[in-house]
Amino acid sequence: MSMSVTRIVAVIGKELAEFRRNRLIIVTACFFPVLFLIEPTVLILRISANASSAALNLKLEASLFEPLLIPVLVPAILSGYAVVGEREQGTLEPVLTTPIGRVELLIGKAAAIFMPVLAVSYLIFGLFVAITQFAAKPAVAAAVLHAPQLPAGLVFIPLLAAWAIWVGLAVSARATDTRVAQQLSILGSLPPVAVAALMSFKLITPTFWLVAALAVALLAIDCAACLVVARMFDRERLVTGPQH
Amino acid sequence: MTGEATSPAAIEVSHLAKSFGSRTAVDDVSFSVARGEVFGFLGPNGAGKTTTVRVLGTLIEPTAGSAVVAGIPLSQTRAAEIRQHISIMPEAPGLYQRLTVTENLEFFARLYGLPRRQERMKRALEAVGLSDRAHDLAGSLSKGLRQRAALARSLLNDPAVMFLDEPTSGLDPAAAHEVLGLIGELRDRGVTVFITTHRLDEAERLCDRVAIMNTSLLTIGRPDELRRRLFTRSLGVTTAAPLAKPEEVFDGLPGVRGWGRDEPAEAGHGGPVGYTLTVTDPALSAPAVTRALVADGADVLSITETRRTLEDVYLKLIDEKEQAG
Repeated sequence: MSMSVTRIVAVIGKELAEFRRNRLIIVTACFFPVLFLIEPTVLILRISANASSAALNLKLEASLFEPLLIPVLVPAILSGYAVVGEREQGTLEPVLTTPIGRVELLIGKAAAIFMPVLAVSYLIFGLFVAITQFAAKPAVAAAVLHAPQLPAGLVFIPLLAAWAIWVGLAVSARATDTRVAQQLSILGSLPPVAVAALMSFKLITPTFWLVAALAVALLAIDCAACLVVARMFDRERLVTGPQH
Repeated sequence: MTGEATSPAAIEVSHLAKSFGSRTAVDDVSFSVARGEVFGFLGPNGAGKTTTVRVLGTLIEPTAGSAVVAGIPLSQTRAAEIRQHISIMPEAPGLYQRLTVTENLEFFARLYGLPRRQERMKRALEAVGLSDRAHDLAGSLSKGLRQRAALARSLLNDPAVMFLDEPTSGLDPAAAHEVLGLIGELRDRGVTVFITTHRLDEAERLCDRVAIMNTSLLTIGRPDELRRRLFTRSLGVTTAAPLAKPEEVFDGLPGVRGWGRDEPAEAGHGGPVGYTLTVTDPALSAPAVTRALVADGADVLSITETRRTLEDVYLKLIDEKEQAG
C-alpha cells in the first residue's frame, strides 16, 4: 500500500489537537522558550555601553547558545510521550488496527512535533534579535546582529530538533513509563548540543564551511536515525511493548 | 473437532501458533467462522484469546500456521488490505480523551481513507445511539458510553469482520446489557462478529457458535451442541417427601438410563427431596415419570429438564485441561 498523505495529515492534526488541549504539554512546551528568551535578553540588555570587548563576547556567546536548547528540550519531551503515552492510555492499538503504515505514523508524529518546535524556536530567536536591536546599547545590538553564531544557530535549529525527535520516538517506542521516556529522551538529545556549544563559545570558530560541514553531518545522522526509528516502529513491538 | 462453519467462511484459521520467546501463547489452533456468524472465543485470562485476535488482525505475526481473514490470506504483504476490511475493538475503548467523540471518529475515518466521512460518522453514531453526545469530550463520557463510542469507531469502515475483545469488560450490568444489544443488532445486519469474552452468559446469549480455548483449542460448536456432547441429559424431580421405594418408581421407565437421589441441603427427614434421572430424551421420559410418580401417590413439586449452561461446559473443559496439564 502506497504512502497516504491523508493519513499523515490526519495524524498531524490529531497530535496538534491533543497538544493544544493538554495543559501539561502546553506549560512544558512554553516554559523553556520563555526562559530562554528572557534570560539571554536580560543578559544582553544589561551590558553597559563601556563594557570591555571580552565581557561583551562572553555574554554574547552565552546568550546565543541558550535559545539553541529550545529545539532540543521541547521536542525531546513531546516525542518521549508520543508512543508510550498513547500505549498507556490505550489509544495506540486502535490506531494500529487501521491501514496506517508505520512510516506514515512515524512521519505524522514527527512532523506534528517538528513544525511547532521550529516555529517557536525561530520566533524566540527573532524576538531575541528584535528586542536587542531596539533596546540594547547600539554597540551591543550591532555585535548581536553580526555574531557568526547567529546564522549558525539558525541553521542548526531544525537539525537539532530532528535529532531530538528521533531519539525521543526511539526511546518512547521501547519505554514502559512516560516520565522515564521523557528523561531518557532529553539525555539522548544532548550530544549534538555539544557541537553547538563549541561554536557558541567559540571553542571552534563557526566559519561558513565548518557550519556547512557540521550541518551536513548532522543531517546525515538525522536521516540514519529516521531509518533506525522506522525499523523500531513495527506493529508487534508497539502493541506488545518491550516485555516480549 | 473440525470447527467447520456452515456457509462461506469469513475467517479460516489453520494450525495457527504464536510464541513469545519460550512462552507459547497460542498452540495449533484451527477453526473457521462463517459470514454473518457471531462467533464466541472463550477462555480464561492468559488463554491466548487476545493474541489470536491480534494475529488475525495483522497486529502481530504468527509463529506458525495460516489464516484467511475477510477472504484475504494473512500475510505481511496483504496486512494493510486486511485491516481495511476488518475492525478491531480492543478491550479498552482507546479513545482520545481530550478529543470529542466526533473528532475521534473523524481521525479514524481519515486513517481508513473513507469517502463521505460525515455521513458515515452520523450513521455510526446513530447505530450506537450516541448522536446527542457527538460533540462531548470522550474523557467526559461514562465507561458504557465510551464503549459505545469505540463501537461506533469500529463501524466506520463497514467491516466485513469485526473483532470485539472483551466488549463488556469493566461495564456495569446496565451498560453491558446496552453493548450486548448493539452487538445483537450487528448480527441482524449480517456483520461477522468475532467476540472474545470470559462472560459465558453473554456468549451463550449472543453467539451462534463458540470455541473454548486455553492456549490450544479445547472445543468448538453451538452452545447446545457442546452441552449435549459433554453432558448426559437429565430430568430433575422434586417431591414433597422422600419416595418409599424410588427404584420401583423409576426403574424401567422409557428412556430412563439411571437415577440418583440428590444430596439433601440440610440433614433430616420429611422435607422436599430431589432426584436426578439420566434420560435419553427428556420429552419422551417426562410424561412417563410423571405418571409413575402419580401412580405411586407421590406429591410432585416439579419435574424439569436439568439445563447445563455454557459455564458448566467451560468449567468442565478447563478443569480437564488443567488436570491433564
